[in-house]
Amino acid sequence: MKDKLIVSVSPHIHKKDSVSKIMWMVIVSLIPAGVAGIFIFGLNALWVIILGIISAVVTEGILQVATKRKVTLLDGSAILTGLLLAYNLPSGVPFWLPIVGSFFAIAIGKQVFGGLGQNIFNPALVGRVFLMASWPKYMTAFIKPQNYDALTSATPLALIKEGKLLENISYLDLFLGRRGGCIGEVCILALLLGALFLFFKGYISWHIPITYVFTTAAVTYIFGRQGLLSGDWLFHVLSGGLILGAFFMATDYVTSPLTRKGQIIFGIGCGLFTAIIRLWGGYPEGVSYAILMMNAATPIIDRYTRNRIYGTK
Amino acid sequence: MKKLFQEFLRGIVKENPTFVLVLGLCPTLAVSVSVINGIGMGIAAAFVLLGSNIIISLLRNFIPDRIRIPCFIVVIATFVTITELVMKAYSPALNRALGIYVPLIVVNCIVLGRAEAYAQKQTVMNSLFDGLGMGIGFTWALILISGIREFLGSGKMLGYTMIKGFNPALVLVMPSGALLVIGLLLGFFNILKNKRA
Repeated sequence: MKDKLIVSVSPHIHKKDSVSKIMWMVIVSLIPAGVAGIFIFGLNALWVIILGIISAVVTEGILQVATKRKVTLLDGSAILTGLLLAYNLPSGVPFWLPIVGSFFAIAIGKQVFGGLGQNIFNPALVGRVFLMASWPKYMTAFIKPQNYDALTSATPLALIKEGKLLENISYLDLFLGRRGGCIGEVCILALLLGALFLFFKGYISWHIPITYVFTTAAVTYIFGRQGLLSGDWLFHVLSGGLILGAFFMATDYVTSPLTRKGQIIFGIGCGLFTAIIRLWGGYPEGVSYAILMMNAATPIIDRYTRNRIYGTK
Repeated sequence: MKKLFQEFLRGIVKENPTFVLVLGLCPTLAVSVSVINGIGMGIAAAFVLLGSNIIISLLRNFIPDRIRIPCFIVVIATFVTITELVMKAYSPALNRALGIYVPLIVVNCIVLGRAEAYAQKQTVMNSLFDGLGMGIGFTWALILISGIREFLGSGKMLGYTMIKGFNPALVLVMPSGALLVIGLLLGFFNILKNKRA
């Protein structure tokens, strides 16, 4: 009886899951999308993924040793960053690109802030945006799906941006990933499988992804090409990196708001920025920029959506 | 003499305007795209700093305290005008590359900062060496930053291609690259400083 009456400070309820278990679960949930990407784009995609992961892990190890911090290679966070970065690359990139990108993602996106839990921005997206700004020529050369040669093709979003009409690409093609794009973003079916797994395991909540996807769909529907309320919202949901970004990157625990209300604001903001960049911006795709911008807004959102402490006015 | 030498060295290392005092970042961020720009900007600012330090130090007993800032600005603006006219006459290309940042030396906080914090209280000799040291400190900082940016961002050094087949990271010649390089260098010099302390 006596040892049941422990007086301690809050929090009183602990979850059994550790950070590293969650990280590994997210990695597992991303495997189907990777397999689909390798199937669609060929073995090159596998090498990009492997190089991205190795570079991220090596960078993390070196920096943690150099700064005399605890070496936490097995917590899976560096592996997850490398994996997500590789998923955000086209499969035909030169092999040094994922290495440089992962190095930048871990070194500048994460370790300069003090490591896991301290970073303001999603490290994988920092890496992607760095590569995009530095070597746009490689980052926008997308391999034609199921071609296995080095034939490149534009993504459906880039074609739309240029004002071209999309031919012979159906919603089913988009859903299964038969289109040009980044390794991990193309197969919506595989991504949704992973997301459902995370959702039912309770590792992600619906607040960010659903508000994100719905906001993007709503804005792209309202401001369609042929006047108001005529947009092809399903196309916008299924193309680009929206599903990958909404379910796996916007939901990053470190860089998204803590409260449910904050998460809804975060999701709506991401959706708005994505739609604005896609419809009126200079780039065909805006998911990574949208998430990074909302990452920057996260501290403010957290400040204004703080839960009322029970018993206060 | 030894003291004067210390005044001189202080601006170069211990109180480097860019890396230790973190002053004058606006021109540093804007013009450090190529080494030539960096050298030009550094020398222009060093000349203004030297001239304004000497004159303000000479006038330090005449300038009324309450209107000292306008007086400093008049002196500084005079030297900036000289610099700009000389630059326009002898190297118009550099003048075009630096653009608005040459006239903006007037409000460069290193120049005004040294006038306010140092020259108005010190002898002419001290101010001269302080201006010289600070000017050289600013110049080498600019050369270092612009060297890194030019080499990694466009694969060149002083306009010549260095390595064939090198894929430069374009982001470093963009504004975000300037912030990145300066931030990392600041961190690096802080590490050095803490090691020595």
